[in-house]
Amino acid sequence: MEQMYNFAFFDEASKREIRRAIFKGIAIPGYQVPFASREMPIGRGWGTGGLQVTLAIIGADDVLKVIDQGCDESVNAVNIKKLVAATTDVEVTEDTGEATIIQSRHRIPEQPLTEDQILVLQVPTPEPLRDFEPSEAKTRVLHAEADYTGAWLGLFDQIVKFGSTTTGADHPCLVNGRYVMAPSPIPRFDTLKLNDSDNLTILGAGREKKIYAVPPHTRVEPLDFEDYPFRVESFEGRACRLCGATDVYLDEFVDEATGKTVYQCNDTAWCAKRRAEKGGE
Amino acid sequence: MGYVAVRGGGLAIEESLKLLEYQRARSGVTLEPDTIRRAFPDAIDQVMGESSLYAPDLAALALKQARGSIEEAVFLLRAFRSTLERPYVSCTVDTSKMRVDRRISAAFKDIPGGQVLGATRDYSHRLIDFDFARETPEAQRERAAELAQHFGVEESVFDGKASPEVAEAGGLYPKVLDYLRAEGILPTCENDDTEPVDVTMGALEFPCARSARLQTLSRGMTQAVEAFGYAAIRGYGPSHPTVGELRHGMAEVCVDVPGVEACDAEDAYYLGSIPLTEVESVFEVETEEAGVTTLSFEIGYGLVMGGAETKAIAMSVLDHCLDLGDARYPTQDEEFVLYHVDGVEAQGFISHLKLPHYVTFQSKLDTVRTARSHEGDAGCAANDAACAEAGAERAAAEALVDEKER
Repeated sequence: MEQMYNFAFFDEASKREIRRAIFKGIAIPGYQVPFASREMPIGRGWGTGGLQVTLAIIGADDVLKVIDQGCDESVNAVNIKKLVAATTDVEVTEDTGEATIIQSRHRIPEQPLTEDQILVLQVPTPEPLRDFEPSEAKTRVLHAEADYTGAWLGLFDQIVKFGSTTTGADHPCLVNGRYVMAPSPIPRFDTLKLNDSDNLTILGAGREKKIYAVPPHTRVEPLDFEDYPFRVESFEGRACRLCGATDVYLDEFVDEATGKTVYQCNDTAWCAKRRAEKGGE
Repeated sequence: MGYVAVRGGGLAIEESLKLLEYQRARSGVTLEPDTIRRAFPDAIDQVMGESSLYAPDLAALALKQARGSIEEAVFLLRAFRSTLERPYVSCTVDTSKMRVDRRISAAFKDIPGGQVLGATRDYSHRLIDFDFARETPEAQRERAAELAQHFGVEESVFDGKASPEVAEAGGLYPKVLDYLRAEGILPTCENDDTEPVDVTMGALEFPCARSARLQTLSRGMTQAVEAFGYAAIRGYGPSHPTVGELRHGMAEVCVDVPGVEACDAEDAYYLGSIPLTEVESVFEVETEEAGVTTLSFEIGYGLVMGGAETKAIAMSVLDHCLDLGDARYPTQDEEFVLYHVDGVEAQGFISHLKLPHYVTFQSKLDTVRTARSHEGDAGCAANDAACAEAGAERAAAEALVDEKER
């Protein structure tokens, strides 16, 4: 079946076009570059933006890791990995350190990434001003004029109503002091990892037909106020019940046997690695 | 712990696909794609139209694989289309040279060439024909022979493909609107020979070129285009058209001889003919001429693959609505209409809600708990009784959240 298709699914002209959009995105950090997003063999809204980026940049020597909500084994991660592997025959891995390309939905791995790695984030809504302004034509003007009043007012409004900002994941960030960017729905906990990172991050929104990027060592500042500073999710006093990690993003759930709330590393590869290392000691 | 059951996904997917395949295989019937193409030409038209790809055999195969789901078949064909190189661009298709097998005008009873009702369900009674349940192939052949004799045509089995003979079968008719223009009722307009935008080769930009608008509507989800068009004529965008002409027939598609760019009809290569439905609707509008308010006509245009007449009319309505662009009406807002008529995009984004969202939900949980703890602080100072009540409510809400997670 797969041999009906070119290496990495696309024809070479399509890949080249996507790479051009990526280059432009790298040249203008945080700026959303429109591109001819193709229909993909997986659902539009299921990671087709990230998938197109991955397919456009992947080569035969790359090692691919795909995670969904922190987990390599999650159904959608497996599905995407399967498609890329089937059309490229590249090596796949769950080890964050081994991967050259990491495609992820809504998490940045706990293990710090290096300059030899590219993080590809899947983006549902690339426009950070969309809640404030539904029109694409208008938000483009707002970006061009660096008019981010709407984004600031949104946060201010939350503080007035609720005593703190109430953004969940996808907290808007100012990139390189110029463009306000939706970092994709990564938790606030991960947002700070984008700042001055060693690795390149490429964000792809398939349905919305946008690609943008955060090059290595770029300033990424979450929008906040001096008296209401940016706050990451709190896991104070909690630790992973499996590996004991305390400085990581945790999943919370109920132990059916005891009825108690328990916590576990969200990044399953990180947790497994820590446990393997402990076991080896 | 249902919440983490999505792990172990690889095996789960394999088993799920096997189960799906089992459901398909155990139906006990195998339909040849060829059978689907001949028996369900309207479904084939819809799949090809929404996919922007004229490929009846592939559309039939996609319908078979999708087990009859149009939405899924369109998805399959669109994804296939993404992998195709496009080495040629066709010459302009001239719909006035369309071989027409049906054309009607709701504007004029007498139109040059006359009304041609053609084959239509419009005046059929929608009564289930129980005889079809027992129809045998022999009976069907007899019926075909009988009707061929009735129409005085040579009996032939139609294989659902547009052969040159089929293309030749229709007649050439002048366009109704040309007649209205000659009468001076409609303004004449210049041909716009700007290179058309191809929305599959770039992101939509707003304000949108008309070619991008028309292409987006033409490949839009049939029911979405119809729903928006209906909303426009019912009240959300006062736009009640008169169908100047609706025509269905076969239109020739040609490409230039390499190296020649004149699109000379004599020299160009004939690739084949495709079935199209074209609608030109007429709208009465208020205009100002020399400071005096007067009435005149404007046109909305619809063109779709196959015989999707309702969609073509709805498209012509929306084309005109988007010309008006009155921000009070969603049907006249080009971003609202054009971003949301695409079936594959709508299906994709809605269905992605089935994906696990537990990282983002955990983040929301943290936000909600924090906000609620602030409320608690303020409330306690003001009123102890209210605080106790709020505390109980908060505990109940948290219990509910915990319940959901399970």
